[in-house]
Order: sequence, then C-alpha cells, then structure tokens
Amino acid sequence: MKFFHLIRGNLLRHKLRTSLTLLSILVAFVLFGFLCAVKQALVGGVALAGADRLIVRHKVSIIQLLPESYQPRMERIPGVAAAAHQTWFGGIYQDPKNFFMQCPVVPEQFMAMFPEFILPPEQMQVWLGTRTGAIVGRNTAERFKWKIGDKIPIMSPIWLRKPWAFDLVGIYDGKEKGTDTTGFYFRYDYFDEARKAQNWGQGQVGWYTIRVKDPAQAAEVARAVDQEFENSPAETKTEPEGAFAQGFANQIGNIAFIVAGILTAVFFTILLVTGSTMSQAVRERIGEIGVLKAIGFTNGQVLALVLAESCLLTVAGGGLGLALAWLITARGDPTGGMLPMFFFPVRDVLIGLALSVALGVITGFLPAQQAMRLRVADALRRM
Amino acid sequence: MSDPTTGNGALVRIEGVEKVFHRGAEDIHVLANLNLQVPAGEFLALMGPSGSGKSTLLNLIGGLDRPTKGSVSVAGDHIETLSDHQLAAWRARHIGFVFQLYNLIPVLTAERNVELPLLLTHLTKAERKKHVATALAMVGLTHRAQHYPRTMSGGEQQRVGIARGIVTDPTLLLCDEPTGDLDRKAGDEILNLLQALNREHGKTIIMVTHDPHASARASRTVYLNKGELTDAPLA
Repeated sequence: MKFFHLIRGNLLRHKLRTSLTLLSILVAFVLFGFLCAVKQALVGGVALAGADRLIVRHKVSIIQLLPESYQPRMERIPGVAAAAHQTWFGGIYQDPKNFFMQCPVVPEQFMAMFPEFILPPEQMQVWLGTRTGAIVGRNTAERFKWKIGDKIPIMSPIWLRKPWAFDLVGIYDGKEKGTDTTGFYFRYDYFDEARKAQNWGQGQVGWYTIRVKDPAQAAEVARAVDQEFENSPAETKTEPEGAFAQGFANQIGNIAFIVAGILTAVFFTILLVTGSTMSQAVRERIGEIGVLKAIGFTNGQVLALVLAESCLLTVAGGGLGLALAWLITARGDPTGGMLPMFFFPVRDVLIGLALSVALGVITGFLPAQQAMRLRVADALRRM
Repeated sequence: MSDPTTGNGALVRIEGVEKVFHRGAEDIHVLANLNLQVPAGEFLALMGPSGSGKSTLLNLIGGLDRPTKGSVSVAGDHIETLSDHQLAAWRARHIGFVFQLYNLIPVLTAERNVELPLLLTHLTKAERKKHVATALAMVGLTHRAQHYPRTMSGGEQQRVGIARGIVTDPTLLLCDEPTGDLDRKAGDEILNLLQALNREHGKTIIMVTHDPHASARASRTVYLNKGELTDAPLA
C-alpha cells in the first residue's frame, strides 16, 4: 500500500485519457452484467432444474395433450417415485402484454413435486378447500399488487374462450433467489369440470413431471416411460427437466454462445483500448522508470508497479460497471413478464470481478515487461 | 594512462576499467584502462569535454552499468559481480543520485518525491516521514513539502533532488551536472549545499561538471579525456 500514491498519481497524470479508458471499461462491464442477467433469465431454469425430475410430453409436440390416465401407469413404472401434471392455460389478465404462466394442477401433487415453492400451510389448507382457489408467486403478486382474497379474472383464448374467475388464496415464495415466482396455479378439478362445456380436452393434460427414486437411473426410467406408451395414440417423449428447459431456451438460439460471442468482441476491444492506454503511459515515462531503477527499484518492483496500475484501472472500471449493472438489473424484468428470472447472479458478479483483474494483468503485462527490461542508463537518457 | 589516486583505504576503487559500447558491428571504446580511487569524505569533481565518458564513468560507479573489463569497487562491494537484483538493492543502500534535469516524478509532491527511496526500506510511515522532514530541512525546503515540481523553480527542484539523494544517508552521492540547467545564482546555492553536505556531514560526493566554477568548489578535480583520466586538463 505504500506505493499506492505513486500508482494513483500515474493514473491521474492524464485525467481525460484515464477517464475515457475507465468509461469504456465501465460500459463493457455494464453490458457484461446485463447479458448475464438475460442469459440467466433464458437458461436459468436449466441450472435450477431438479436432477431427479423428468418431463414427459407428447412425442410430437408439447402442445399435443396426454391422457390423464397415464399418471397411474407412470407411477407403477419401477424407479418412479411420484408424478404430477400441468396444462398450459395461456390466459390473459387485462392485456396480452401482462404475460405470466398459468396452469391447472392437483395442489398436493404439485406442491410435493416442486418443493422449491414455499406456500404457508394455512394458505395450502384454504386452497384445498376452495374449488376456484388459486395461488400465485410473489413476483406476479407484487407486479399486479394482488393480495389474498382478491378475485382474479383471466380470459383464456384456448379454454372456453371466456373470462375465468379465480379466488386468490395463497402467495408462494421461492426457496432460492433464482426460483421462478411468476407462475399462477389453480385447481385441476375446477378446470376439468369447466372444460365439459366446450366438449374438448376433458381428461387430458399438457405434460407430466415425474420424480425418480434415483437420479443416476433417470435415463433408464425415461426409456421405460416412453416404452410404456409406445405404439399408443399419444406416444411420449421423456427427458430431464434441465434438457426440457434448455429446449425452450434453444428456441431463441444458443444463448450461451450468443452471449459469449458478444462479450468476446467487447472484451477484445477493451483489451486493445486499455492495452494501448497502458503502453502509451509507460512509453511517456521511460525516463521516470529509469529514475526509479536508479534509486534502487528492482525490475520485479517496476513490473509490479505497472501491473498494479493497469489492474487498478480495470478493476475500478469493472467494479463500477458491475455495480451499475447490478443496480439496473435489480429493477427486475425489463420486459414485463417475459423474463421472470432476470437478475445478475452473484456467481457472474464474481466472474466479472475476476475478469477485470485478468484484463488488468493481460493489458499491463507487455508494457510492464517493457518497463522491466529497460536498461537504467538508456532510460535516464530519455528523461 | 594516468592514475590520479589519493592513497589507500579508498571508498571508491576503480582498477583497469574499460567500457566498450557496441553499435551494430562497430565497437566504441569509451573508457580505456582507467584507474581511480576516491577516499571517503572527498568531494571530487570530474571534468571533461562532451563525449569524454564522464557520465559513463559515473554510471559505472553508481552501479547503473557494468564495466566491459576491470573492477569497480564501492565500499568494498565489487559491482561487476552483482546480479541486476543485487545491484538494485545495493544502489538503494549505498548510492544517492542527483541529476542535471532533477528527474523528479511530476505527479508527486516534493515530500513524496523525497520519500521514494525510503519506500524500499523497512521503515514505518512515521519513520519515513521523519527522515523526509530532516532531508527537506537540510536543503531548506520544509515550507515547500506539499508542492508539486511544476510549481517550483529549477533551483528548488534541484534541492528536492538532492534531498531525495541524501534521504537514505547513502555512502556516496553522485551528481551528474547538478548545476547544468540552473542560472548562476541557483547554481551557487546548489554548490553551497553540496559543499555543506561534504564538509559538515562528511558526505562523499562525486560530481560530473563542465563548469570550472562548479569544480572549484570540490576538494579535488580530475579530468577525463578520450576515456583517460588526467590530473590537469589537456591543453
């Protein structure tokens, strides 16, 4: 720390140049933070997916329904611990822009299958006793300022094509920060009964989630499930929950590849900008480096001083950029519901910090090496 | 060849030193079979025309360069045997430099510039501060401690340079044209200061200069011409 004033003084020597470099690093790290949040929103479900859960859907497409009668047959397959179904409701609350997922479920089965959803027991009891009852995640409840006891009208363009009325009986929270708390779930018996009126879809569900007894045997169980329904009118495709979530994300493209591509281009540019700044900074004070060496600074100390200077620059710019990205993403989903898991994960913040240090080391290394190798007598002549 | 020595027990002992620079295929012989001894407590002026090898000799004595041949010993250490790392530590311990163009770090205050050599020691912050205050007081610049070089006159900057040179109480103070960039009045002040450091504090000083007025302040003057030392200037 006793060299700090020297490092700081050198950085502040050309305030405009340092500020512009700092700004370009800051912008790069804001972009990094924002893209990490987007990636988290799109593929976060993959990471959060239960390793012991499989998704069973119609072999042709997720929009094809499966018979409700499959559930007991699945539960009899060796290795299957439990099964629960969901069906896409696709409803609209007031305006199509107010997107959030709604699904009819069997409450006990659903809550047992997804322990990451935390619902107070007394609210669960009310839900079990209320045929039109529904629960909603904290995120959506806060978004629309809903409270327990509210009557929620949702228009379904698929089912009955009329407004459905639900009684909000519970608000659930997520066990982890990344848990999706935007979903709206209501009772399947109410839903199936009401479907009688349209004479279509009754006794059929969207997809099943099954829990396997041993995650190591998930692939074997998936094969057994698909074999069970082979050559039936509704053949199935069973895959791990993570792969299912990845499939959804892949509809947009290889998110990780796109993000990595953009960030590589950005950081390569920053590498050139900062590297050029540092090279110029060292070139301008070769004589001063000669003085430092003359009074006894070793080559290693000169190398460390230049590296510390470049690292201070990139860590300051990177740190500010990451902080700004954190503030921006802390405001939540910018799309109004399309990216429910939009946040800047702590893991990525730490990666960002490590990246800023690495950037400092890489951009400072060549100028530092140049400074280290300077012969004192030659350097003093260039004062 | 000349051998202007002043007896045994010398602080600086230069024996049979040669220095050759290589420029492409050409060898440039700057110093040839040079011998010199400087006893402790001497104020030696080193004079000679441009290109005579004065600065090269000063660099060899200060451990900034190594001789092509021969031996340079300061305070018993043979600098040609030391590695770069050892030489840096040796310079920090034994040598104080004063440069013609002051060579202060412009982004540091006078106080911070003087403190620089002390950063390489194990002194605490308070101890460093005390040493810096003493050095600045010796050169009469206590009141300018917080000022940056750009706000100081040439004479003041050179006094800061001297304070930096003596702050670690080095064995030897090497001055390369210390008055070369100053007017007569400021130059005299610097020479007074160097003389006081030599007489009152017993500091051994080797000063390279072109100026006979400056060399007159030294206790001995040697002349370097075409790589050889003589007691008197060549006619």
